Amino acid sequence: MAAVTMVQAINMALARAMAEDPQVVVLGEDVGRDGGVFRATEGLLDRFGADRVFDTPLAEAAIAGVAVGLAAQGFRPVAEIQFSGFIYPALDQMISHAARMRNRTRGRLTCPMVLRAPNGGGIRAAELHSESPEALFAHVPGLRVALPSSPERAYRLLLAAIRDPDPVVFLEPTRLYRAGSEDVADDGKAAPLDRAFVLRPGEDLTLVAWGGVVPMALAAAERLAEEGISAEVVDMAWLKPLDTATLIESVARTGRCVIAQEAARSGGVGAEIAARLAERVLDRLAAPIERVAAYDAVLPYPRLEAHCLPSETRLLAAARRAMGRA
Amino acid sequence: MAQSTDALIGLYRAMCLTRAFDAKAIALQRTGRLGTFASSLGQEAVSVGVAAAMRPEDVLLPSFRDHGAMLWRGVDMAESLLYWGGDERGSDFAGPRQDFPVSVPVGTHAPHAAGVALAFKLRREPRVAVCLFGDGATSKGDVAEALNIAGVWRLPAVFVVCNNRWAISTPVERQTAAETLARKADAAGMPGERIDGNDVELVVETAARALARARDGQGPSLIEALTYRMGDHTTADDARRYRDDAEVSRQWAQDPIARTRRRLVDLGAWGKAQEEGMLAEHAAAIERAVERYAATPAQPPVTLFDYTYANLPAELAEQRAAFRPEDA
Repeated sequence: MAAVTMVQAINMALARAMAEDPQVVVLGEDVGRDGGVFRATEGLLDRFGADRVFDTPLAEAAIAGVAVGLAAQGFRPVAEIQFSGFIYPALDQMISHAARMRNRTRGRLTCPMVLRAPNGGGIRAAELHSESPEALFAHVPGLRVALPSSPERAYRLLLAAIRDPDPVVFLEPTRLYRAGSEDVADDGKAAPLDRAFVLRPGEDLTLVAWGGVVPMALAAAERLAEEGISAEVVDMAWLKPLDTATLIESVARTGRCVIAQEAARSGGVGAEIAARLAERVLDRLAAPIERVAAYDAVLPYPRLEAHCLPSETRLLAAARRAMGRA
Repeated sequence: MAQSTDALIGLYRAMCLTRAFDAKAIALQRTGRLGTFASSLGQEAVSVGVAAAMRPEDVLLPSFRDHGAMLWRGVDMAESLLYWGGDERGSDFAGPRQDFPVSVPVGTHAPHAAGVALAFKLRREPRVAVCLFGDGATSKGDVAEALNIAGVWRLPAVFVVCNNRWAISTPVERQTAAETLARKADAAGMPGERIDGNDVELVVETAARALARARDGQGPSLIEALTYRMGDHTTADDARRYRDDAEVSRQWAQDPIARTRRRLVDLGAWGKAQEEGMLAEHAAAIERAVERYAATPAQPPVTLFDYTYANLPAELAEQRAAFRPEDA
């Protein structure tokens, strides 16, 4: 077992899935010889050959659309969109075709594909290289949406996504690609579908996060512990469908909830989480639900980006407000 | 290469059946027994001719106006009526199990054809993906991306533009400044050919050549088949708002069905008796299909939950459990 970064864990999961199932193929821009701009597909071309790994022309709609066609023919394509800011041309394919192929043929044709893309900010990248479009996909019946927050969860969630018989949008937090490494056993074990992870148990407050802001929530919980506040940290991992049961159980117990979301605040997945909590456990809440999100502003370029995205400071302030310690 | 007389009779009969089915579907829509329907009146030769050039193991990716091709491929008329009648089961055809359902968004199924063709190529199967779309679709990026990718990967695909001159109210002259739609093949590095799409024999012959080429590993082709949309865009449209009756009347001179019938008569292979026999046979088959359609038991409303995912996720299971059909 070796310590690997998240991008290496993703590479490991891809290789594992390809070795186990000859129907798994990888396609996208620069995924072959170059190994992907973040190196997520490095070595796959050499190991599995040109019949399993294809560099595509620069055409995001066709990348998703070709994957739909391959999937209908029984392949399990894993398509890469180079940056989530360039995923929008693929939305039509995902919404109008991938998400509904099973339903509109009553299961005759299906779409077991994965659309992978780097997601979110924090790496001082160029314009439109730091988007967090997860809510656009999480709104769509028929899709699954997953975001990992550590190397191990990336490995296991990606295996779950590839093995799932339905289309999955798999958004990888760019800022965590090389943020740290941990031991990940290449044992082929997938994470359970549609299940959140309770990363840290706590009693006073539930911090809900996913993707790139999970480490921030964990760090905030550590700080809060120093202040005598016991924060539970829930990594949603799957944004579609949402693991309501884990959320409800946690917040019913703690009575307080702060949602950390890297995407813009309004209409985000955090709003859906807050709505579900309001529907189910409003009477158990000791404080209003807090959302810490990017502002509803066009995401600034790198110089101002950190001012727009959620920070540990804002997360702590929200947690303290929820605890009545503002 | 002309078709054998028997083959030509088969094509003629399929075009006639498509037209009779089309008329029946419109009648059913007008009397509230079918939903909005897209007529293929006038362009039967393209749809039927392309399908006739295919092998059963090939895969068809049709537009929403390709009743002729779908029926030829073995989709049951009752299934088609079920689809246009608002029932998802209509696309769960018993016949061509790998063929795609109609694409409602215009042209976005073209990349699927590239994906299906890539699957054939990877498995080294001598099969071809055949994608039909209209002239309007050629303005879309999806079609350009699909043609490009099929060209660069030399995929076993045949793309057929059924140029019926009208995308709802937009004539093809307002769709493109390109001299022909077939020329769009040049940019994708594949052969493109414009043909008379009202000549069913020519359609079969051209499509067969493109299919053979694709099957032989020589890559994709684009065929532009010139025809004319004789009817409204759909039953929800009134083409008189934007199109002269005189233009439509002139187009009847090109009617592919009348042309084929004249040819069969000239060959001495068709006469009044055959025509009447066929019409009666088709009317009976369509009646039987309408009966099967009408007799299809409704889907239990709760099944609306059951095909969104392979396995019902917890949150959807919860919605399903709380669902009450009487609330609608």
